[in-house]
Amino acid sequence: MTTKKIVVVGNGMVGHYYADKLATHPAQHDITVLGAEPRPAYDRVHLSEVFSGKSPEDLALTTREHYKEIGVKAHFGDAVARIDRDKKEVVTDLGRRFPYDKLVLATGSYPFVPPVPGSDLPGCLTYRTIDDLGEIRAHARKGKVGVVVGGGLLGLECANALKNLGLQTHVVEFAPGLMGVQLDDGGSTMLRAMIEELDVSVHTSKATQKIVPGKEHQLRMEFADGTSLETDLIVFSAGIRPNDQLAKQADLEVGERGGITIDYHCRTSDSDIFAIGECALFGGRIFGLVAPGYRMADAALSQLTDTPVSFQGADMSTKLKLLGIDVGSIGDSHGKALHKGQACASFLYSNDRERVYKKIVVSHDGKKLLGAVLVGDCSDYDTLLQFFLNDMDLPGNPESIILPADSGAEPLLSGMTLPMSATICSCLNVTKGAIVGAIEGGCCSVADVKSVTKASTGCGGCFALLKSTVDAELAARGVEINNHLCEHFAYSRQELFHLIKVGSLKSFVDILDKHGKGRGCEVCKPTVASILASLWNEYVLKKEHVSLQDTNDNFLANMQKDGTYSLVPRIPGGEITAEKLIVIGQVAKKYQLYTKITGGQRIDLFGARVNQLPDIWGELVAAGFETGHAYGKALRTVKSCVGNSWCRYGVQDSVSMAILIENRYKGIRSPHKLKSAVSGCTRECAEAQSKDFGVIATENGWNLYVCGNGGMKPRHADLFATDLDDETLIRYIDRFLMFYIRTADRLQRTSVWMNNLEGGLDYLREVVIEDTLGIAKELESQMALLLNTYQCEWKTTIEDPEKLKRFRQFVNSDKEDTNVVFVQERGQVRPAKETEREALLTLS
Amino acid sequence: MNSAPRPRSSSDPIAIFSLSELQEDSGACVLINDVQIAVFYLPKETPPLYALHNWDPLGKANVLYRGIVGDIDGELVVASPLYKQHYSLGTGRCLEDEATRVPTYEISLEGDSVIVTLNPRRHAA
Ligand SMILES: Cc1cc2nc3c(=O)[nH]c(=O)nc-3n(C[C@H](O)[C@H](O)[C@H](O)COP(=O)(O)OP(=O)(O)OC[C@H]3O[C@@H](n4cnc5c(N)ncnc54)[C@H](O)[C@@H]3O)c2cc1C
Ligand code: HEM
Ligand code: SF4
Ligand code: SF4
Ligand code: FES
Repeated sequence: MTTKKIVVVGNGMVGHYYADKLATHPAQHDITVLGAEPRPAYDRVHLSEVFSGKSPEDLALTTREHYKEIGVKAHFGDAVARIDRDKKEVVTDLGRRFPYDKLVLATGSYPFVPPVPGSDLPGCLTYRTIDDLGEIRAHARKGKVGVVVGGGLLGLECANALKNLGLQTHVVEFAPGLMGVQLDDGGSTMLRAMIEELDVSVHTSKATQKIVPGKEHQLRMEFADGTSLETDLIVFSAGIRPNDQLAKQADLEVGERGGITIDYHCRTSDSDIFAIGECALFGGRIFGLVAPGYRMADAALSQLTDTPVSFQGADMSTKLKLLGIDVGSIGDSHGKALHKGQACASFLYSNDRERVYKKIVVSHDGKKLLGAVLVGDCSDYDTLLQFFLNDMDLPGNPESIILPADSGAEPLLSGMTLPMSATICSCLNVTKGAIVGAIEGGCCSVADVKSVTKASTGCGGCFALLKSTVDAELAARGVEINNHLCEHFAYSRQELFHLIKVGSLKSFVDILDKHGKGRGCEVCKPTVASILASLWNEYVLKKEHVSLQDTNDNFLANMQKDGTYSLVPRIPGGEITAEKLIVIGQVAKKYQLYTKITGGQRIDLFGARVNQLPDIWGELVAAGFETGHAYGKALRTVKSCVGNSWCRYGVQDSVSMAILIENRYKGIRSPHKLKSAVSGCTRECAEAQSKDFGVIATENGWNLYVCGNGGMKPRHADLFATDLDDETLIRYIDRFLMFYIRTADRLQRTSVWMNNLEGGLDYLREVVIEDTLGIAKELESQMALLLNTYQCEWKTTIEDPEKLKRFRQFVNSDKEDTNVVFVQERGQVRPAKETEREALLTLS
Repeated sequence: MNSAPRPRSSSDPIAIFSLSELQEDSGACVLINDVQIAVFYLPKETPPLYALHNWDPLGKANVLYRGIVGDIDGELVVASPLYKQHYSLGTGRCLEDEATRVPTYEISLEGDSVIVTLNPRRHAA
């Protein structure tokens, strides 16, 4: 079989999904992707996050390199101008020609700008692409007021963005209510009230008649009712229109009001041309969400690869957070349609005080859910959606679903009660059946299932349901899902932390006595040692703690493969004087230590025998060095760039901040190691975004990033808060670290910890910034206790002859371990390899 | 070949030292005729003293005395500080690897003195 030439026009979300899936399918195709935008596909759905600190690169769904790797030819920044159906080729604006066997149109849509006079003035903008964002930002910088035309889903999201840019924000809507497509009148009224509380002015039933240059601001909008509004920029978000020009030009069938007509297989009226995503019209409808677009891509793909599946339309239910307000809409939320010829019934719960509005629309007999509206509280969304999508019978009194839950009421739906066909993740179209299949195939955790099925890797909204499904299935298979520390403690680290804290327990013996059994082991002992240190911060080699310490903590140094140690003096922020550098050099020379600069801007000295450690540290401490805790699950380093003291680009003093942070948190024991960095400007030379907490200077203060890491599975940190002053920055870090120390599992780094927090980053923000748990003061005072009880463990150790006894190699002899053998390499020592050692040992 | 130093025969294969040289629930190392022996003191157990060869045959270094002691399913063990395999304090058997065993030695307490000899310790089969 000859490979078919497939040309994909448009490299948006759906076009990319299609190309990527086709390229990685075992069947060989010659794939070409042609995109009008200058960059490869990105996540349009999360476009607004660029205003809250993400960079355009963070949104990228792919790269040119990735396409190259999977054998896709990709061209960007050159739109397709026309299709020549007779020659079966497309021609671009630049006149390039690409022949095809099958053509896929994934051209998406464009924002509709009402033909109002003046709507082409500078400052009249749209909101769809990364380039649009740049325009909005540029105009926002010059102005104070911003207007969004259109009070729909996208309009409100855009209003949020304008607000984040610091503009006084207005929403102008033609219809009498907000989000008319999704919400009924009651929901819309509640939403309006909540939005106005956030200082966004809402103007409904306003028809813009013309836009003229303004007096106090750039522009002036004049409305049909004679009123007017001055503003510096206007973003039109009054609906989308399909990009169907290519289809029209090529005489493909298009809908009366636009959209390329497709059949169940996403074929257009020419069976060699497919259309998918927002440019396609199916059953007289455009589907303005990404999930239906993906389903269309699947259907079109299956024509070339597998047994054909068909596209049957898609559910347009949505759940989102608009300006921080939860809004959800399912099915026929207006309750207008007849169900089997009968009018439907609805139930309503509205609570003005708590700002919650919920409505469900049910069939005449009360058995089936037809639609729902949720404003202010979306906690019932998942349950309702499952009833709706799976056509399940409602309980006898359907209103119970949306009434505030009685305490102790059984959850109505859990992973267990759903049918196998139920869609758990609608973004990635993963059914419960697929999840059960993955578990039968050997997955035994939510993370496994996630990576096999890809469920919950889209919007993330289905995580709670995914977890309950997986847990229930595992439990049904007798898999014990316990997070017990080890056979000695039937508790998780978090539970144990709590027990130790509440019981004010201070020694392992007491803790084992009260809450454990047996004698302990190398898992629970260091865990308890770390908890004790996090709570009471006693000297780790104190008599009752010393036998609990893990390999490295035990001798306050890092054991290397031959049983010798490396040691790392603290060099806060990576700043060091010439005098101190010389001391390190002298010590290394005297004890013949191998020296290496670490990735954390400090110096590691290798090859120290256990009995040499006290002498070496004696010299280092005398020269003013402190231990660097490289051996502990504790704060390691805070890297920094030189910042504005030297750098031409710096906007803040990153070195001083790094030193402050490192000195503040040094010595604090945590569930896993902690790393940090501070960069002096957005160029980010200190790589702060790869750290557990990273700080990047801005013109106005500091941006705080959390939960990044390098290592085996690198993860970019998430932007947590912006433009903080020094004091607030430190306060947030205090709370963040202490909350992590309290609640993380053993050896769980911040990124995994956050992913396992229900509610993830948003929840973390709520706890740390808004103090929704009311524990901020306590976290701060716990941190204060740790800061006040800091000691350099090496200083304490060398001052105590009793402690130094442990560092003898032999109780009864001054000899050294003859098995430690070094050879020279590049002018320094290194452990001899097995063969070298044997040669050396026989010689001697 | 395993490059662990082998016990050599000697006229005086014994070490005697004060119990106060040892720390509770941890290990120390003694040298008898160039043989390194890891000694563990667990005051709450009977017997309270254990002696194993200090060589970790899997990690290939003289480090066993620096491991954490505890129990696995009731058996007293030391976990290698390098890669955390468990060696039985009583028998020297490695719990993770049937074929691996660390030599054990006689150790006893007389008054305040700990006595370690190079004699292999006998243990019930
Ligand atoms: C701010 C915002 C928020 C959103 N939020 C959500 C949400 O929360 N949930 C949700 O489900 N959906 C959301 N959407 C909608 C979602 O982004 C779209 O449904 C999805 O992007 C559609 O994908 P697509 O590939 O069909 O079109 P697009 O992503 O628009 O891609 C089409 C691409 O084709 C290119 N193109 C057009 N014509 C040509 C040509 N002639 N030659 C070459 N290339 C061409 C375009 O430049 C574009 O890059 C949101 C959209 C926006 C703008
Ligand atoms: C105008 C652009 C840049 C300037 C002026 C600049 C300047 C600097 C300076 C002065 C340092 C030393 C900081 C210190 O004292 O520790 C540094 C380090 C560093 N920079 Fe940049 N840099 C620039 C761009 C970049 C870019 C684009 C990258 C990466 C893509 C980068 C990555 C790094 C890294 C990784 C380090 C740390 C190196 C180390 O650990 O030894 N820099 N940069
Ligand atoms: S991050 Fe900015 S301030 Fe720091 S070295 Fe790089 S360019 Fe300079
Ligand atoms: S990357 Fe591997 S080899 Fe290098 S220091 Fe880390 S653990 Fe050791
Ligand atoms: S529903 Fe969006 S990720 Fe699963």
